[in-house]
Amino acid sequence: MTNPEVLRYTQESGDFSRLLSSIPYAETIGLACDRFGDDLIFRLPRKAENLGNPILPAIHGGVIGGFMELSAAIYLMMSQDALRMPRIVDFSLDYLRAGLDRETYAECRLTRQGNRVANVQVTAWQKSRTQPIATARAHFLLED
Amino acid sequence: MTDDIRFGRVTRFLETLAQVRTLGIEATEARENHLVLRLPYSEKIIGNPETRVIHGGAITTLMDTASGSVVICALDDFELCPTLDLRVDYMRPAEPDQPVFARAEAYRVTRNIIFTRCEAYQETDGQTIANCVATFMRIGREATPKAYRDLITGGEA
Repeated sequence: MTNPEVLRYTQESGDFSRLLSSIPYAETIGLACDRFGDDLIFRLPRKAENLGNPILPAIHGGVIGGFMELSAAIYLMMSQDALRMPRIVDFSLDYLRAGLDRETYAECRLTRQGNRVANVQVTAWQKSRTQPIATARAHFLLED
Repeated sequence: MTDDIRFGRVTRFLETLAQVRTLGIEATEARENHLVLRLPYSEKIIGNPETRVIHGGAITTLMDTASGSVVICALDDFELCPTLDLRVDYMRPAEPDQPVFARAEAYRVTRNIIFTRCEAYQETDGQTIANCVATFMRIGREATPKAYRDLITGGEA
């Protein structure tokens, strides 16, 4: 994924398939991404292997976390000129509703961009954007 | 309750979680308020194919699972406790080709909330990979279907 050619292709074309298929964890959970103008919407299609709670059934909280974390990293990378994956420093996640066994969406916002650290806010929802299932914020290190 | 019963409950609980089976997460140690889980290294959780370092999301799943399951080691009756929030601090990337362990502790149990902390580490050098604090809500034993409770506590002497 640090392959600059793939990153440049993704940035220019808005086609995320090559980038995502180069990240095994993204494939494992099934993360997808669509670009609408400048906006990115991340998607986590329904997948039986992603479930945790079998009673509801609901998506494993860790998968929701991983989905939001990877979405934030990709979002941040696409908004940078430097084509490299940022390193995550910390991640704080509030679970607001059960993530049911259906497609999940996420969008990100760059809250603050410093020289070395960036703060990204992530919101995940299913049925309605106005009813998020989780919100998260993450700090990323931009250099190493 | 004995540690064998705790270990049995946690193991049966983990077996019901599809993502946990997919990643191969297993319990290695269960005591009162204390639990250790193991995440084996595998190609499918790699986040960076060049360094072969596993993605933070898999660590988050390991720690969320350890924190959520240590609740079983803290309560006499099995009840499902949804996660309220989770905060993970990443200290260093995990070494490729080595399993990652998560040691979780329920350090405060109240009528409504359970507070946990968890540390992810590897056996090679014992250095911390990530720390996590989380809170879980208690929705009560009755909110968990009896058949599921029996599945988790089933087979106990």
